[in-house]
Amino acid sequence: MTERVRVTGPPRHPAAGRPASRLGDVHEQTALGDVYLRSLLREQLGLAVRVLGLLAATLGIVPLVFHLAPGLADAQPLGIPLPWLLLGVLAHPFLLLLAWRYVRRAERNERAFADLVHGDNADNADSPETS
Amino acid sequence: MNTAAVPGLVAVVLVTLVTLAIGTWGLRFSRTTSDFFVASRTVRPALNASAIGGEYLSAASFLGIAGLLLVGGADMLWYPVGWTAGYLVLLVLVAAPLRRSGAYTLPDFAEARLGSRAVRAACSLLVVGIGWLYLIPQFEGAGLTLRTAIGAPEWAGPVVVGGVVLANVTSGGMRSVTFVQAFQYWLKLTALLVPVAVLLVVWWGDGRPHARAGADGWSVPVAGDGGIGLYTTYSLIAALFLGTMGLPHVVVRFYTNPDGRAARRTTVVVLALLGLFYLWPPVYAALGRVYAGRLVAEGRSDVLVLELPRLMLDGLGGDLLTGLVTAGAFAAFLSTSSGLAIAVSGVLTQDVTTRLVGEQRGGVAAFRLAAVVAVVIPLVGALLVRNVGVAQSVGLAFAVAASTFCPLLVLGIWWRRLTDAGALAGLAAGGLGAGGAAIATLAGYSPGGWAGALLGQPAAWSVPLAVLVMVGVSLATAGREPAHARRFLVRLHTPEVLGAGPG
Repeated sequence: MTERVRVTGPPRHPAAGRPASRLGDVHEQTALGDVYLRSLLREQLGLAVRVLGLLAATLGIVPLVFHLAPGLADAQPLGIPLPWLLLGVLAHPFLLLLAWRYVRRAERNERAFADLVHGDNADNADSPETS
Repeated sequence: MNTAAVPGLVAVVLVTLVTLAIGTWGLRFSRTTSDFFVASRTVRPALNASAIGGEYLSAASFLGIAGLLLVGGADMLWYPVGWTAGYLVLLVLVAAPLRRSGAYTLPDFAEARLGSRAVRAACSLLVVGIGWLYLIPQFEGAGLTLRTAIGAPEWAGPVVVGGVVLANVTSGGMRSVTFVQAFQYWLKLTALLVPVAVLLVVWWGDGRPHARAGADGWSVPVAGDGGIGLYTTYSLIAALFLGTMGLPHVVVRFYTNPDGRAARRTTVVVLALLGLFYLWPPVYAALGRVYAGRLVAEGRSDVLVLELPRLMLDGLGGDLLTGLVTAGAFAAFLSTSSGLAIAVSGVLTQDVTTRLVGEQRGGVAAFRLAAVVAVVIPLVGALLVRNVGVAQSVGLAFAVAASTFCPLLVLGIWWRRLTDAGALAGLAAGGLGAGGAAIATLAGYSPGGWAGALLGQPAAWSVPLAVLVMVGVSLATAGREPAHARRFLVRLHTPEVLGAGPG
């Protein structure tokens, strides 16, 4: 005797009782959600601090350098006095470059976070042996 | 009035008419309260960045910097650099989270984050105070420009600018102002770029004359000598780098982005547009060193950009270029004043006039009433108080913003343990410290030496003070940490693709 088999398509709705993503964990203040958020916050804050540190170490030391070595102000590369070349011209593309790199990194961090929370392998990622 | 006034008069009338026309055109899109406050959050990065550039480049940028550079030399280059770098700091610390907070205004953000009406009231007070501190020099600059360009009496400029701003803001709110300001960025850039290109050709034709360089410290990027000069320079840097994120008209713009990602991308385009603009004022100053020594001697360096074309070029060419720079300067007053009026009106609407007008008359009526208050009070202030000094007043507004909203935003976005008591104490410390120094300086109290430097450039001590007080009091009142703080931070930092954003 052949058994009757019911033929169905793929489920249209995610199975009830199991969250479709880990976003619930992040929202509901579970220990797991806490770990996710902390890691994203740490990544983004670390990135921000690195960009600001670079800003302080470049533009930020200009007054100190010229304070300690005022003779530098007389240098005229390309016929423009050095401070005017640095602050009037080069500072602007430099700031733009920092901003552009920051946005690329920040979006990459967010994508990684989204993959982690929302990933296709959300079901089996719970088991420790897959990691 | 004589024939020399014609190009300036034509320029002012044209800019006014075009501004009103674009504002009226934008009116077709303004229907709801959300349109009025934040253009319904649908402004794309390219348009929004132009609008931010148009709004941000004020009279101080268009006229003030060139004059400051002409007199003060290279240490004044920190103004344009700081105004641009402020956007980088804003980008990395607050841009995307602030947009994701879903609040309309700074007080909204503070209340949502800390759950406290008292913090909200303090923030509203600060927004209005900083906005008015920034509006007064715009109106003053307008008076200066109209007097220089067409010989109008000093009250005419503030009244014309105030009237046009009021017409635009009350008719279309943020939606129509966005179009107006985007147009005004490109107008300002053109008005700076075309004359400087022509004048450089003239200078080349004159055999490239050079002013004597370096002898008087004109090329040293530190203000004055010794420790005081170094302190003044670093304090200015702190105020400008950190103050941008706390300016009410800057922050309100971020709520008009569709999402956090767009907020970041908008900021990068803004940095490009500001850099492109700020390349040119130093060229005006360098040409002014050669051709406009008379203005320095007469103490009228503020009008360098307006007068340089006629000093270098006779006849029709000089007249046309004068008309163009006058148009740019007038656009600068209109756009910055509009942005500030919008920001102050938004806060006044929510906290004051909605109650006066009554809910049933609707938010738009309350917004219009608030706009009238937001424009008329600083207008009267500008007419009563004369000669505060455009750049000085703007610089103090930056110092107050850096000492109040900057710590509040940065700690509110990145530090879970901020409490309402900590925020209030920090706002009070920073606001009273920097604000007190600002008022003392504006009132003309300036002791020499270190005391004068500490009062004239308060940011280097008032910002750390505000941060320390905010953190210290928050830790001491740890029990008051809002219950929803974690959830709120999740929302601020979660990318929109995950659907965790507001609404």
